[in-house]
Formats: sequence, C-alpha cells, structure tokens
Amino acid sequence: MGIEQKVGDMGVVTTSLEHVVNWSRTRAMWPMLFGLACCAIEMMSAQAANYDMSRFGMELMRASPRQSDLMIVAGRVSKKMAPVLRRLYDQMPAPKWVISMGDCASCGGIFNNYAIVPGVDEVVPVDVYIAGCPPRPESLIHGVVTLYEKVYGEKITDWA
Amino acid sequence: MEENTRLTLSEASMEDIKHLVSDRAIQGETVLLNMGPQHPSTHGVLRLLLELDGEEVVNCVPDVGFLHTGIEKNMEAKTYMKALTMTDRLDYLNNLGNNLTYSIAIEKLTGLDVPPRAQAIRVILAEFQRIASHLIFLATTGLDVNATSVWMYCFRERELILDIFEMCSGQRMMTSFIRPGGIWRDVPVEFEDAVRSFIKIFPSRIDEYEALLTNNPIFIDRTVDIGVLTPEDALNWGVTGPMLRASGVDYDLRKTNPYMGYEQYDFEVPTRSEGDTFARYIVRMDEMRQATRIIEQALDKLPYGPVRSNNRKYVPPPRSELGTSMEALIHHFKLWTEGFSPPKGSVYAATESPRGELGVYLESDGGPKPYRVHFRTPSFTNLQVLPLLSRGHLVADIVMLIGTVDIVLGDVDR
Amino acid sequence: MTDKIESIVGSIKAGFSAGEYKFRGEISLLVKPEQIVEVCQVLKDEHNFQQLTEQTAVDYWPEQKPRFHIVYKLRSLDDNLIIGLRVPLNGNAPTLPTIEGVFKNANWFERELWGMFGIHIEGHSDLRRIVTPYDWEGHPLRKDYPLGYEEVQYSFNFDEIDLRKPYAKE
Repeated sequence: MGIEQKVGDMGVVTTSLEHVVNWSRTRAMWPMLFGLACCAIEMMSAQAANYDMSRFGMELMRASPRQSDLMIVAGRVSKKMAPVLRRLYDQMPAPKWVISMGDCASCGGIFNNYAIVPGVDEVVPVDVYIAGCPPRPESLIHGVVTLYEKVYGEKITDWA
Repeated sequence: MEENTRLTLSEASMEDIKHLVSDRAIQGETVLLNMGPQHPSTHGVLRLLLELDGEEVVNCVPDVGFLHTGIEKNMEAKTYMKALTMTDRLDYLNNLGNNLTYSIAIEKLTGLDVPPRAQAIRVILAEFQRIASHLIFLATTGLDVNATSVWMYCFRERELILDIFEMCSGQRMMTSFIRPGGIWRDVPVEFEDAVRSFIKIFPSRIDEYEALLTNNPIFIDRTVDIGVLTPEDALNWGVTGPMLRASGVDYDLRKTNPYMGYEQYDFEVPTRSEGDTFARYIVRMDEMRQATRIIEQALDKLPYGPVRSNNRKYVPPPRSELGTSMEALIHHFKLWTEGFSPPKGSVYAATESPRGELGVYLESDGGPKPYRVHFRTPSFTNLQVLPLLSRGHLVADIVMLIGTVDIVLGDVDR
Repeated sequence: MTDKIESIVGSIKAGFSAGEYKFRGEISLLVKPEQIVEVCQVLKDEHNFQQLTEQTAVDYWPEQKPRFHIVYKLRSLDDNLIIGLRVPLNGNAPTLPTIEGVFKNANWFERELWGMFGIHIEGHSDLRRIVTPYDWEGHPLRKDYPLGYEEVQYSFNFDEIDLRKPYAKE
C-alpha cells in the first residue's frame, strides 16, 4: 500500500505505523534452533543452498532464545522434553511466534502412545501448523510465508 | 501443563548425582556445567553434564531420553507391514537401512526368498543412504569447526540423492521402500540415467571436500590426537562401525557376514590405526568413495526379473493381477487386513549401517503382530564411549567429539 | 552349524548344564541367572567372544514362571561367530547379576532393563532410568502396561475434542 506507491521526490512516504512495524518484523525474523528429530533435517535442507531460507530474512538460526523471534518446533516432543520446551518459550522476548512443523509436532503424528505429547499446542500456543512427515522444504517456506501474512494482519496493541 | 512443568522438570539435586561426579566437584573445586538439550552443536537433543576444571573436562555424563518415542512398544500393537513405517523414523538419517534390517529379520524368520533384482536395487539404495548419511556427518563437522562452505556443498549433493529417492518411492526421506520379500515397486526408467550422472560427478566432489579440510592446518589442529580410542577399549565397550575401523580393527559386516549379495561386489574396507578424530574422518571419506564403487558395480550387473517374492502367503501380489486372478484378490485382502503370521521363534539380524552394527531382535508368537522387537542401535552403544574419550580435553573439543561419534538421537532413544 | 561353535556349545552345556535352543541357523543356550556372569567370563576369556552385541528382555505375561527371558548375544570378531544366551526369570521381583565387569557396555543395556522392565540388577554401578524421565512410574515395556491412547479427532467429533483438549495459554 503506502510504501511502494508514495515515494515522492523528497524521499517521503506516508503510511500507518502499524504497517511499518509489521513489515519490519517479517523482513528479519530470526528463528531459534529447535530441531528435535527428522523434521530438523528438512529444516536444515531448507536453510541450505537449494531452498534458501535466508531470502526470507532467516539468515541465521540463533541458538539463544533471548535473541530470536520465531520458534520452529521441528520433530516429535516427548514427555521428558516438554518442560524444556516451555521453559525456552518463556525465555523468548515478545513479540514471538511459534510454527509447529511436521505431523508429530502438530498432532502427535503416527505415534499414539505413552511417550509423546500429542501436539505441541498443549505446551506452547501455536500460530501456524505445517503438515507432512517430514514436510518438504517448500512446505516449510509456504508455512513461513503464511506466518508473514498473519503478522501483516496484527495490531500494535497485540504485543504492546 | 503449567503445574506439570514445575513438577516434572527432571532437575537432579546434588544428592542424586553425587555418585556420578568426583569429590572435587562436591568440594567446589570444579564446576558443573550443563550442556543442555537445546544446543547448536549437540546434533539433536542430547544433554551432557560436564565437570570442568577451568577449561579442561574432568568427566562428562550423558543424559539421554529426550526423544524417547516408545517405538518398540508401539510396534507390538501393529501388524508387521504397518510397523515397517515406524522403522523409518528410528535413525532418521538411515531410513532405507532401517527398513532393510527389519525386512531381513522378517525374511530370516519366515524363510522368504528375495529375487536377485530386488537384492541389487536394495544394495544400490542402501549405499546411497550411506553416502547421504556421511554427507550429513561431514556437513555438521564442518559447521562445528566453522567451515560453512563444506556444509553448503554437502547439502547440494544430498539434494541429488534425495531426488533419486523421490523418483523411486515418492518421498524424500521416510520412504518405506524396502519391504519383506523385495521392494515396493520397480524403479522407473529414469533411475539408471540419474544414478550414472551422480556417479560421474561425485568422486570429484569428494576431492573438493578433501581439498578444503584434509590439509587445512586449523582442521588438523582440532582433530589430530583428539579422542583417541584404543582397540582394546573399543572392543570392550562394544563399539562398531567406522569408530572401530579407525582404531585398527578390520571388521565390517558386509565382508564377514555378507547379506543381499555383497560378496559379488569388489570393494575395500578402509581402516586406520591411530584411532583419533582425524582417522575417523578419513575412514568415512574413504567409505563414501567405496560406496560409489559398489553402486557402479551393482548398476552394471543389475539383472532383469521380478522385484518381489512369489510367496503369496507373505508378500502381496502386484496390482495388475488383481483384476484377473481370484487368488490374488484373496491374498491381497488377507495380507492388507489381517497381515501375515510368521512361525513361532526368534531371530537376530544385523546389517552395517553408516554408524555401526544395526541389529533387529525379532520374536514372534505365531500371530500377525510382532511379539517383541528390539533394535540394537549403534548410537546407543557408541555414545557410552564419550566420557572415556573426553577426559583431559577442552570444552571446545567436546563439540568435535560429539560430531565424530556420529550419533543420531532417534537411534539412541528410540 | 560349524564344528567350532558346536564344540563351544558342547563345552558350555557340559560345564553349566545349560539347555539348548536352535532356530534358523542361530543357537542359544538356556542358562540360570546365578551362572550368567561365569558363563560370560568363560566365553570371553577361553573362547574369544570379544563383544556384547545385544542385551534385552522379552515379557511373557501372563505366564509368571518364567515371566521374563533375558536375551544376550555375544560376538566373536576374529572367528566370526555369534552365540545367544537366554536367562529365564520369574515375575515376582526379578533380579539379575550384572555383567558390567565382563563387558563394559552392559552398563546402559542394564539400565534400560531396569527402566523399561523393572528387572533389578544387582551390583550395577549406577542404576537409574535411562530413556524415560527419572520420576516416571511404571515400567513401559511390560505387557500389562497400557500403550497410552489419545482419541483421534476427525471432523465429526472435532468440536467435542476441541473443548476438552488442554491447549496451552500464553
């Protein structure tokens, strides 16, 4: 809307603050390294040369939760790992988003037993679910772009 | 979940771990550091409790179980064919190898035959899986030493291999392609051209990686004489695979107990005698070259014929027969609803996975579901050696040691 | 069966009055729990079985005598042989002596036996659970332990499961 059309001679653009804030949040969203199992390998493939995720702003994966905005839960979450996951989510500063990648993180996947938490949305609130076992890197990129569309629709008061 | 997180967080107090750490830690002389489940260099969810004297490691206690999936118990509730899809997810860098070992165990239990074309295709795919797994080893080792270009190059080659898997089975990783009695379906016509073009370019790519790492003084500083494993220790701790071969013991299941026709292919088993991290790296690079040789020979000798056994009590008929033959329809129905029932007994079948000896202990009680299936995974046994290797080294060497043991946490925790 | 393994099996059977079990080219010896450490020591020192390849258990519930069969597999790399041992155990508070002194990698295998089956190992240096959380109750791989099942959410019962699923709050 405003940014692309209204570039005047003085280099002045007029737009709403909300739009600028959302736009800047999506252009450099740094994910936290949270690869647990097989989906982590597809996440690494998506970061590598063929399906490059750094063109979407995710140049590097930060290991520290204090320096990241996005947590991609890739892989199955066991009952021993669930408290660790919650603690890491609490350590991330707002604004923060969660993508649940793969079947095991979304709903428990093919495992319906005593050891796996059936769906990571019982531990952390999830914004985007990606299906697949494991999802192709293109599915992951589609999920990331869907998250960006969700972020565009947010209001400033959501995270204030 | 909020209350549960506080109660079930497995925090050990000093009382619980007193017998694991030395007296110096209790007096406060050494520091206890937690290298937690979420760490960029632990290759998954591995937790290490390090006891440090300054920068030097006195002891390291691995804490595993953060990826426990209960696969063995879950497989007892499914029929043999449905349980095959769960074996893909165990060692998730060696999917076809897991399928192969489980299928060999079922074939040993039931006495099924595998036609020669299926055996040759299984060998080609297993060796491709070995190359793909060693490429991930190389990529993560490079990433840990901060040689990021190695990581990019390895994943570029891995994409070519995953394209071949997708051409055969439709899936990049969890293929479930190798089934008891043969393989799922015959390979398409583009398979041969794709494999030949890969074999033509791959040896020069391995030369590229070696040019980046093998004579690099920084890499040599970080790997030579780090984590020396003597042959006696390796045998006593049950270590198998490239770790054993880099310590001087020449033992490879493909040569000593050949399966799937490995005796017809001419290949060497690389061994080194130093037993340090550099030797393990060289052994794995040479294994990639030998795997390319095996693929070339298997592709040249690929015989014509069926790709599935004809024993209709265990192997479903091809779909083309279903329209014309009544017996085929009945067999198909029985096998896909109730499943086959092997005779009562127990077998142990082992193959050489990229990490070591992968074994399946399968016990059947005559019913359609496996009574007990246990996976003897190489990473579970190899990880026990890590405290022994890490004594006296610096914290930065721990990162290299975890990479050189080449563990996959899905293997360790099952 | 080759001659070498026949002679080894014969000597063990004579020395320890063990039973024999053959299936599909593999051979296993039935040994009593008290004798297992000695049998492993003899196999390692005299017959050159260098590695412990596998140590696991099978649960035969509801039979109680024996309820568990512990399965060992020992491998000789130089002679390229593999031999199996089976130890029957009763269901009521099963215990087993440790072979950690003979083969060091039995450490984690026996911890898994304790955590998953509830078989107490005497003489073990560090008997804690290994793959389940440390405060888990029950022994998952026993046959009377439930698998744990969560009802699958299809479109016809989507709303009722949605109401009772414990979603996480912020």
